Parts: sequence; C-alpha cells; structure tokens
Amino acid sequence: MAAVASDSNGAPITPSNVPHSGAAANPTAAVLAARFGDAVIRSEVIWGETTVFVTREALHAVIRFLHDDPGERYDYLVDVTAVEYRDGARPIEVVWHLRALGHRRFLRLKVELPKRGPLWVPSVIDIYSGADWLERECFDMFGIRFEGHPDLRRLLLWEQYKEGYPLRKDFPLRGRFSRSEQLKQALAADPEARYSMEELSIADAFHSLPQDMRARLAERSAHDEREEGE
Amino acid sequence: MSARRTIEVALGTSGLDAQGQPLRAPLVTQGAAAVALDRVPGPAPEPELEADHMLIKIGPQHPATHGVLRLVLELDGETVVRCIPHIGYLHCGFEKIGEYRQYNQIIPWTDREDYLNSPGNNVAFVLGAERLFGVGMTDRTKVLRVMLMELSRIISHLVWLGTTSVDIGAFTPFLWLYQERENVYNLLEAWVGARLTTTATRVGGMAADIPDGWLDGLKGFVKNFPKTLEESVRMLETNAIWAGRTVGLGAMSAPEAVNAGLSGPMLRASGVAYDVRKDFPYLDYETYDFDVPVGTQGDVYDRFLVRVEEMRQSVRILEQAVRRLPDGPVNIDDPRLILPPKHKATSEMESMIHHFKLVMEGPRPPAGECYVAVESPKGEKGYYFVSDGTSKPVRWRIRPPSFVNLSAIPKMVEGHLLSDVIAINASIDIVMGEIDR
Repeated sequence: MAAVASDSNGAPITPSNVPHSGAAANPTAAVLAARFGDAVIRSEVIWGETTVFVTREALHAVIRFLHDDPGERYDYLVDVTAVEYRDGARPIEVVWHLRALGHRRFLRLKVELPKRGPLWVPSVIDIYSGADWLERECFDMFGIRFEGHPDLRRLLLWEQYKEGYPLRKDFPLRGRFSRSEQLKQALAADPEARYSMEELSIADAFHSLPQDMRARLAERSAHDEREEGE
Repeated sequence: MSARRTIEVALGTSGLDAQGQPLRAPLVTQGAAAVALDRVPGPAPEPELEADHMLIKIGPQHPATHGVLRLVLELDGETVVRCIPHIGYLHCGFEKIGEYRQYNQIIPWTDREDYLNSPGNNVAFVLGAERLFGVGMTDRTKVLRVMLMELSRIISHLVWLGTTSVDIGAFTPFLWLYQERENVYNLLEAWVGARLTTTATRVGGMAADIPDGWLDGLKGFVKNFPKTLEESVRMLETNAIWAGRTVGLGAMSAPEAVNAGLSGPMLRASGVAYDVRKDFPYLDYETYDFDVPVGTQGDVYDRFLVRVEEMRQSVRILEQAVRRLPDGPVNIDDPRLILPPKHKATSEMESMIHHFKLVMEGPRPPAGECYVAVESPKGEKGYYFVSDGTSKPVRWRIRPPSFVNLSAIPKMVEGHLLSDVIAINASIDIVMGEIDR
C-alpha cells in the first residue's frame, strides 16, 4: 500500500524516494562545469534527472566531448526535441537526451533560445547519425534550424506547408486556416507538387518528363525561391 | 428490413460481346479514330536498354510497407543505390493535442500511436505522469502492469512475426499466431472491456481490477502459447526459403546501431545488450528472472531470433507475475488523483464536489519535467513531460522507437536487392501510427 506522503512544504515524496529536487546530480554535470567554464550556464536536478544548460555556441563541443571522452562515453542519443512555455517571456528550450550505455547514465542538455532572436542551434548529426530525423522533426514542428544538417527539410508535414510550425504556442490547435480554407487548399493541391525536384533528379527522371510538366515544375520552384527570398 | 434488390445483367451491354466475354477496349483515342490493341501493326519497338538508373516508388498504399510509408528507391538493375523514405501520411499532431488535455485524458491517445502495443503505452504514460506527480503505485498495480507490458509485447511480436512471414511468403504462421493474438485480446477485453484501444491505466492506478477467474485465463494462455509459438518458429527457423530471404540482409554492426540510435530488438540483434528493463529498471523488473537475447550478425534473421526469444522470456515473466500477484487495492490512496467511489459520489455532497473538481479542473502536478522510458516491443519508448504546475502539460513528447529505427533504413537497404527491401523493412517492425503520431 503506497499511500502518498508529503513533507512539511507539501511536496510529494515518492515511494521510490526520488525527490522533486535535490537528488544527487549526475557527476557529468560537475565535469562539464569544470571543463567548459562559462559555457555551462547552470545545472539542476528535477525528479532525479540532471539537466545541464549550455550556450548554443558551446553545444557541439560539449556533445563531442561527452561522446568521445573515455570517462563519459555518452554514446547513445535518445531524443532531440524542444519546449516552448506558455509564459511568453520564457525562452524556447532545445532539449537533448543522452545516455551512456556503459555507465548507465542519463543526461539532459538544454540550450535556451530567446524568442526574439534567430532560432538556430548546431546540428549533432556528425556525432550521432540518429540525429537526422529527430532534428528534422524538431525543425518541422518548431522552426528551429539545425545548422550543419545536410538535409533540413520538413519531415512529417509536406514541403509546401504554409501554416507555420504546429508545436509553437502561437499556433492554434485547429490550425491557422479555417476548415473551409484547408479543404480548398487540399482540393486545389497539385499532386505533382508532392514530388520534390531533388527526388526527381536523382534518377535523371526530370529530363525525361514531358516538356509542359518540366516547365511547370521549373516555374514552381522559381516561384518558391522568390517567396522565400521575400 | 432488408430491401430485396435484383441485379439484371444484360449481355448486350457495351463492354461485353455476344458471348459475354469482355470486349477489348480501345487503349488510345485520337480524335475519332480509336486505336485498339489488336490494330497495332507489327511488333512493339524494342525498349532502349541503357545503363540508366531507375526510380521505383513503394507506397504509401502498399501492403508490404506496413502502413503508409513511402519509399523512393533508385535502382541500378535490381540493386538499390539510394533510398529516400517519406513519412507523415498519418500525422495527427498527438503532441499538440496533449497540450490541451488533462493527464488522464491523454491516455486514450497513447492507445492510438503504437496501436499494436496499446496496453504497454498506457503503462508507460502513467509511469511518466506518476513521476511528474510524485506518486507511486500499489504493489498489486505494479504486478498487473508488468502483466500488461508483457502481454502487449507478445501480441506486438506476434503481429510482427505473422506479417513478416506473409511478406516473405509463408502464410500459415500468420494464421496460427493471429489465433494466439485473439486469445490475448479476449483476456484484455475481459479485463478492461476493449480489445485494441484499451486505456487500461489511470494516473495512480488502473481503470479496473482484474475480474474473477481472469488469472486462470492467463495461466491457460501461458501454458498453451509456447506450443503454438514453437510450432510456428519450427516452420521458419530452419526453413531454407526463410533463411535465404533473411540471412545477411540489412546488417548493422554494433557501433553503427548505437550511433544510429536504434533500440529494442533492432539494437540487440546487433549484439548490444541494452534493454531498458535491465539497464534502467522500472516496475521492479530487476526482481524478475529473465534473459536479454542478443544477436551476433545484426541481420534480419537475427532480429527474428531475438524477437522469438523475447516472447519466450515474456512468458517466463508472466509466469512469475502470476505467482507473485498480491492482494490489495489497485488505486493509491490519494484524493488529489483518484476519484471517489461512484456510490459515494452520488450520495455524499463532499464526494460529489470532490468528483466534480477532479474531473473539471484536473489534478495538478508540481512544476517540473521528467523523461520516463520503458522497453516497448519496438524499442525504447519514452515520454517526456514538462509541466508548469497547471493541469495540462506544457509539452508532452513521445520518443517513438520505430521512428528512430526507421530513420536508419537507407543505411540498411542500400546495396541490397529490391525484393530484400521488403524483408528489411518488415524486420524494423514499424508502426506508422507511432512514427507519424
């Protein structure tokens, strides 16, 4: 019978004895603070999990160190994601979850991005190949650019998606456009638009297309580039 | 009730000739002159065969893609030179919807992401939510949840084995294994009332305790299932066709697999003994006696062996869980989370207010965040919660194992034949509901 107890401040105490805060920190946090100095902003422990906040300039070096250093060996990238808070003043956080399979350690790295500034962080795809889709999804959902990613395209949404980034808090649950507008767009969508130029060109299929289709595709890509430039 | 309808087939309809055989339809119409098949004069021109690459698109509407995966393959002859996967056809925005729901209201959504593993997702979700709330679970619930996790591992692997054998050309194991899957679904239905979308758990407890006699049903399943499993495995394990279509395909070395973030049977087939149940235990898995099977080659055949052995180990865990199931309540004694009994809510004013406030406002966890991972049949499934102290999460992130596993498919299929792409893709055990979310 695991009734829930709470301490004098009302904070719950879990049966597995993981306190809300104040549990022993992952020793890696101290190693990072000693090695990277000012680049490590702060670290905290919540529910037994250590979070280290680093600057985005140092992030790639930090992860490279965590991956390569024989004492750390964080060889497994669990997840890359981002958090935007309801409080508009709080910065957007990009979150990396790392595991050291050998040491059985878990570490959370965070980079804070002010909302008014440019949203970019370095890509870690050269360290973990598994970061590929995780970073693409994060870009797709939050609009955070991962500099250095070789193929940063939308992943779950289609490339012509114009409504923005769905997991941002300013994105309404039902989408930006009305249902009728969404339906109109879907009906008007050109199926050819689903085939990207890059995909068609990989087998030189582009050149074997009929002349009118080629002209339409070229026109569309020129149009897209113009729009992005604006 | 049913209106009778007669369908008359007139043999004189256009499209059929006088004998009732279909007419040969004109293929191309050019103005008034129709060019029919038999009017094309002479032999067809020989196609110009150049050393050109070919573009093949598989899916999204293809049974062997196990859902709505689209693969664009560049072929040199029959060899895959390049593979570009496209996903997102099932994207529903689960994570966005979760930000507008109370914690218990999100549990039905977890049924629908990895829909072959619904009970396991329910358990994983509440483990994360309970960490966030800072509550635990009763001893009985702990064992019941282990049963749910292992039953759902078995049914997920059964679907995997059945559909993969169909993909590769063996139909009989599919039928045998689906029969066993039905038995598990009957057990789940007797417990929570639903078969596929179970919603079996609640934050702090379970939707219901097991009904009387349920354990006997589970014991019967545990007793009979290994026989069916071994029969099916015997058909495949030493089968020349099966081995020929799986051995040496899509191999990933251990460092490659770790670097690509693979998890679950995909990672263990490559020789890395990483199992969340052993390395980061939850639900007291460290007290159960079971082995973690590990492959050596990392190919499709090893993944098959690992999954089969995992089912045997799940049966072992189930046997132990049946033996140790204690009596007691399933819900914790915490009025912040658990609704009062229905008879009290309809008869006592305080209980009714309590019920109303809990349903309308929802329980509030303290501000904080946590990442809780479990070993799902596909691999490491994690839920990452961020709370700001309100009754709805700021962020609910699903770490989908088959999403990361699938992202390595270009590495696995490149250099193999087109027909092997089907086997390799099947070996990843993808569920598009989880990948697209």
